[in-house]
Amino acid sequence: MHIIESGNVAAALGVQLAEAAVIAAYPITPQTPLTEKLSELVDAGEMKAQYIPVESEHSALAVCIAASSTGSRTFTATSANGLLYMTEQLNWAAGARLPIVMCVVNRGIGAPWTVWNDHQDAVSQRDTGWIQLYACDHQQIVDSVIKAFALAETVSIPVMVCYDGYILSHTYMPFELPDPEQVRTFLPDFSPQYALDPLCPKNLNTVTLPDIRPDIRNETAPGYMEIRHNLHTDMRKSLGILEDIEKRFETVFGRGGDPFIEPYRTDDAQYVAICMGSLSYHLRDVIDKLREEGVSVGVAGLRVYRPFPDKAVAEAFSGKKGLIVFEKALSYGYQGAMFADIKAALYGCSDRPFVKNYILGLGGREIKTTELAGALRDSCHPGSESADASEWIGLKM
Amino acid sequence: MTTKTTVLNLTEEEFVHPGNRACSGCGLSIIYRTALKALGRDTILVVPPSCLTVLQGLYPIAATQLPCLNVTFASTAAAATGVLGALRAQGRKHTTVAAWAGDGGTADIGLQALSGACERGEDFIFFCYDNEAYMNTGVQRSGTTPRHVLTTTTPVSGKPQKSKDVPAIMAAHGLDYIATASASYPIDLYDKTVKAKTFSGPRYFHIHTPCPAGWGFPANLSVKIGRLAVETGLFDLYEIERGRFCLTGKSARMIGKKRPPVADYFKTQARFKMLSDAHIEAVQQEVDEKWERYEKAGVPADQ
Amino acid sequence: MNDKNGFALKKSHSEPGPGDGGRTGSWRVLRPVIDLEKCTPAKKNKDACFLCWLYCPDGVITKSIRPEIDYEYCKGCGICAEECPAGAITMVEETIIIMQGDQ
Repeated sequence: MHIIESGNVAAALGVQLAEAAVIAAYPITPQTPLTEKLSELVDAGEMKAQYIPVESEHSALAVCIAASSTGSRTFTATSANGLLYMTEQLNWAAGARLPIVMCVVNRGIGAPWTVWNDHQDAVSQRDTGWIQLYACDHQQIVDSVIKAFALAETVSIPVMVCYDGYILSHTYMPFELPDPEQVRTFLPDFSPQYALDPLCPKNLNTVTLPDIRPDIRNETAPGYMEIRHNLHTDMRKSLGILEDIEKRFETVFGRGGDPFIEPYRTDDAQYVAICMGSLSYHLRDVIDKLREEGVSVGVAGLRVYRPFPDKAVAEAFSGKKGLIVFEKALSYGYQGAMFADIKAALYGCSDRPFVKNYILGLGGREIKTTELAGALRDSCHPGSESADASEWIGLKM
Repeated sequence: MTTKTTVLNLTEEEFVHPGNRACSGCGLSIIYRTALKALGRDTILVVPPSCLTVLQGLYPIAATQLPCLNVTFASTAAAATGVLGALRAQGRKHTTVAAWAGDGGTADIGLQALSGACERGEDFIFFCYDNEAYMNTGVQRSGTTPRHVLTTTTPVSGKPQKSKDVPAIMAAHGLDYIATASASYPIDLYDKTVKAKTFSGPRYFHIHTPCPAGWGFPANLSVKIGRLAVETGLFDLYEIERGRFCLTGKSARMIGKKRPPVADYFKTQARFKMLSDAHIEAVQQEVDEKWERYEKAGVPADQ
Repeated sequence: MNDKNGFALKKSHSEPGPGDGGRTGSWRVLRPVIDLEKCTPAKKNKDACFLCWLYCPDGVITKSIRPEIDYEYCKGCGICAEECPAGAITMVEETIIIMQGDQ
């Protein structure tokens, strides 16, 4: 069914289709319409779920952690400072291997206050052990939410579905709403290996020692370091699982593509612009215009940030002349975090492109097509490789 | 009290394994062991960092025989909410959800989540075992540490502020059942826990929990000292049932009787070393006035 | 430890069992010894008192007419001796007991 709705409602409908059983959320702009929609669906009886209006984001994730540990499919959503307030719980959820799905409606973080879009919120949480998917439009939002549950529950790792505040959350676009029966085929019921149960009492997330200890059967149980190593190796393995899920999704719904990098006119391009989120679609117009001018450039949207698809990046861009990384976030005191990750991924390539970094759109600063075009014109020719320092676009000083 | 429990008919069934890491003479061990008897096997526990985390044991062995979710310090009541949400979603209606937190995890870092869960009317029992400081981390002052008490963060002249009245904060939330208890009166705690299970919605326990290491007294005196706190009238055993305040057990039997001076309690513990005579006198006056109010108001007592 | 998807779900899931803290009887400096001549239930040969069982923080005393203490795990706090209304429990230095055992 084709419908026209906002990005936030697209996410809510995805959660409804995925049949999340316990939803907890705290209001924060620009996430609120998503949770308002979910509370409406539950209140109207159109969705059979427990909607818990908690008193903080920290508690929202606490509810999800506990409900997931008790064997229910859980969902929450937040933005900006709300996500930062969850930081302790983000790490806890990942360490406890709970397949929670959360929408992060990307917004800049304070101080000073901003309610507008950038990616600093999610990018600053990249090392919490969560998988991070980025959507570029409403179709990707609703599809990603459904895929996120499948991925999370397969690998027992929580997943963030990130999309741009206002640019996607509050704009209306047509998209195909997945068929509920097909979703049931694609996403089986949640059946965790263990759920809290008085008939089989276990004590979850107890204190671990630096070394391993024998369990009650006198067999060796893994210790903290083994548990953490396992999270890491399973995160790496989830890249392959994501590919499988993407293929399966395409089989069921007839939509899909590359789960790591979404290319546009990159095959024959000598230079490639790369970014996350809706900006990659914005850049498509710029690329079309520059192609008419004779600039050999394409654009790639990075769809998963953690685990980092380093092999896909190396394969996609090895042999290109230049890679121009546009980022709505920054690792303060160094450079764009994605820029550093991409450079690291390309380090082993013998025929690697130069990599350049532009920081833009912080706190919702308007990203002008003319500025993007100018930056690409400056970058897409031999010898344009700049020093490591990131350049800023749209700075008025 | 409808159920008359005695030492003789109290169940022998144990829910906590011996050989755990709780300190010798730990007051928490007495109440935890007793309250779990009343909660029974069909219970899921939620526990933040606290002495109870230590008591419960190190991975991969657990001292508690009930399912238990260890959660972050500030999130106890929210996590209990999540367990309840999942149980409701799955139609598992019979299981009791009980949270156990220390005074820091209740009165300080855990208060926001507790207040939120109580306002939402979550169907759980929250046990605050109050040992009047952050004992697990090494006796730092908390919101319930009494005035002038020596802790490792009030090490010279004692804590300047008085403690906060957490049961009163909970009462302001309009809970149907609130009770205080003491490690020295386990049967009273058992009966109150059994009674709490007959109510729905949030229920709150505030339990006075002597701590030999943190309070500075020999381990064999845990029960004696807890008893002295009640007998001197410093810590009162009561219930607030649907807004009705009622002294219970030993405290109820103390109406109209002479109480030993509070100084008898203070002199048993090293943490009270900095209490001046003037302060002890002031506390005695406060206690006397409180008991005068009980007696004048004819506070209903259960026996 | 592998689930159906081949993901080894290593996490801190503990199972109930005694002796997480080891044989905590080794913490003991003083050993509670019950004098059955004085112990109320033992003397009366019927269920009575059991306050040692009630107050024992570690649940290592049996609720029986002749109460027994599990010295494997008894931490030696001495609450039982302090609370025994009949004065039937004395705290004896472990060194003395060990020396007696050596003889």
